[in-house]
Amino acid sequence: MPQSMQPGDAKAAEIKAVSIGKTFGAFHALKNLSLDIGRGEFLTLLGPSGSGKTTFLMILAGFTAPTTGRLMMDGKDITDVPAEDRSYGMVFQGYALFPHLTVEQNIAFPLKVRGHSSADVKRKVAEIVERVGLTGHEKKLPAKLSGGQQQRVALARALVFEPSVLLLDEPFSALDKNLREMMQQEVKRLHQETGTTFVFVTHDQSEALALSSRVAIFNHGELLQVGKPQDVYERPSNRFVAEFLGEINLLPLDTVELNGETAAGKFEDRTIVLNKSITLAGKKAVAAVRPEHMFISASPQTSDCNAITCRVEGATYFGASTKYHLRTRSGTSLAVSMPTASTSPIAPQSDVWVSWPVHQGFLLPDGG
Amino acid sequence: MIGKSITSRKILLLAPLLLFLGLAYVVPFLGVVRWSFTMPEVGLGQYRALMTDPLVQSVFIRTLRICLIVTAAVLVTAYAIAYVWVRGSSVQRMLAEFCILVPFWISVLTRAFGWLAMLSNRGLINTWLQSAGIISEPLALARNELGVIIGMTHFLIPFAVFPIASAMRSIDERVLLAARGMGASRTRIFWTVFVPLTYGGLIGAGLIVFVFALGFFVTPAILGGGRSVMVAELVYLRIFQSPDWGLGAAISVVLVLFIGALLALMRRFIKPAHLIG
Ligand SMILES: Nc1ncnc2c1ncn2[C@@H]1O[C@H](COP(=O)(O)OP(=O)(O)OP(=O)(O)O)[C@@H](O)[C@H]1O
Ligand SMILES: [Mg+2]
Repeated sequence: MPQSMQPGDAKAAEIKAVSIGKTFGAFHALKNLSLDIGRGEFLTLLGPSGSGKTTFLMILAGFTAPTTGRLMMDGKDITDVPAEDRSYGMVFQGYALFPHLTVEQNIAFPLKVRGHSSADVKRKVAEIVERVGLTGHEKKLPAKLSGGQQQRVALARALVFEPSVLLLDEPFSALDKNLREMMQQEVKRLHQETGTTFVFVTHDQSEALALSSRVAIFNHGELLQVGKPQDVYERPSNRFVAEFLGEINLLPLDTVELNGETAAGKFEDRTIVLNKSITLAGKKAVAAVRPEHMFISASPQTSDCNAITCRVEGATYFGASTKYHLRTRSGTSLAVSMPTASTSPIAPQSDVWVSWPVHQGFLLPDGG
Repeated sequence: MIGKSITSRKILLLAPLLLFLGLAYVVPFLGVVRWSFTMPEVGLGQYRALMTDPLVQSVFIRTLRICLIVTAAVLVTAYAIAYVWVRGSSVQRMLAEFCILVPFWISVLTRAFGWLAMLSNRGLINTWLQSAGIISEPLALARNELGVIIGMTHFLIPFAVFPIASAMRSIDERVLLAARGMGASRTRIFWTVFVPLTYGGLIGAGLIVFVFALGFFVTPAILGGGRSVMVAELVYLRIFQSPDWGLGAAISVVLVLFIGALLALMRRFIKPAHLIG
């Protein structure tokens, strides 16, 4: 029985997925997916329901074999290594705690499997119980715990044997908003403390942006983009990523000219200057700007800004921010989100200028 | 009130069953209770006899022993069948279903005689073993306790499969995956996770089988060949062969009370719904 990592060993692993494909019958659940997961990083797999996130996680864990492609860990091919020998920590959707074992016994399970001495088991369990804040609940059965406490048990059980990789499948989807935010902070802290490689699945974009060192966006079994939260949010490489990560305004452009780092196109009668973050196949393109990057004013802002005229149609108050609903002259609808504190109310039906800094807008291909 | 009238109408739906139970079981049983106190004379004489009669006691002890052995044998076999039925490949599932359902189509009597044909001294098994030269004298497989145990076990297996399979089906697959992911071997997962999660089904199945076995009559009568009398057969013998109605009735009453106590115990452990699957 291999002993778990001794202190001093590298605890985090590096994983390389090469052209992973998975079919269920004629259905392609994953298509030619290549992804490098760095040592000790916090990678989030983000995508809508059915996009293949769980399938990919199950392949990483070794519960499912890929139809095509290879999986490497620290340079070794582990494609055919079964789950019980990979021994990654895993937190399942719905926790999957052992219902017949107490909190303590649940957490001790992986240690006992590894043949740790009972003194060692006792010490490690006590340590992690304390660390995840479950002190006083050691003797309870999972059914007697709240959702958040069950979540902590699942985390403790997955981390107690110091796995080189921790896989988490939508661990917080059953928690209410406050608890969710608390647990997010805790997972982030555990990541920093353990230094382990975390692969985290969610379909909640704000969770992905808040937690990760990098985000991988899935759709229909394809990996669309991987990057730091800021990069995927502010420089999405396609429309799906742009729209999935948050609300975005899309302005269809007429003629697009590319000159070096920037692109210029015509929207209504105004020239709009944008970042050229992608290469365009065709000539059709849209300008994309996030609502919080735009602002409303009575006169056009000119210094390094684009500006268009709009009519205010309404406003929604969100407390910290207020979202204005506007329409351009040609009928395109826009949303602009501004801090409530720094703006005086804008009357509905008034004509205004909407401006945004050149570096905040980017070019996307039209359609797709 | 609407709620109330719906409830009373639902009770109406149950009425035929309640009426049948009352007329076919409760009323006759009250008659049996009366016999036990009045035959041949009024008093507790039959119960006193029951406590002291060595024959009656040996029959009670044999019944308990046979029922315990049968229950254990049934649980082990039914567990294996339920496992294949719930977790096997589609072919294995079909095979298991066949094993579970076919016995329901064949009467108790036919099955008991079928076992007799297999197990008796000149039955299939002994003939085969003798012609193969493995044994010279026939093995005593029937007309004794062993025959009774084999026949009863076979009869009772399907009744245990349902509650056990129901418990197995309600296990969350991810819990087993989680154990695997932590490095546990398949054997370890089976014994430390899978089996403990089916204890409810096992207890329910065990109680059903045990209670059912206590009242067995046909199978022990045929496969025991009169040498391995169980309680139900003793009642029959007392009432129909040695007209000793009072003692027969007293034995029945004790048996019913014992089963009642067991069922009350069962209710404390598991919900009735778990037993059906
Ligand atoms: N064992 C299977 N057999 C057939 N199809 C499957 C199987 N497992 C997954 N799929 C299909 O593969 C696709 C991807 O499933 P997957 O569970 O990976 O999605 P997901 O991104 O995790 O979605 P969610 O956010 O809803 O959990 C789905 O269309 C699903 O129906
Ligand atoms: Mg999923």
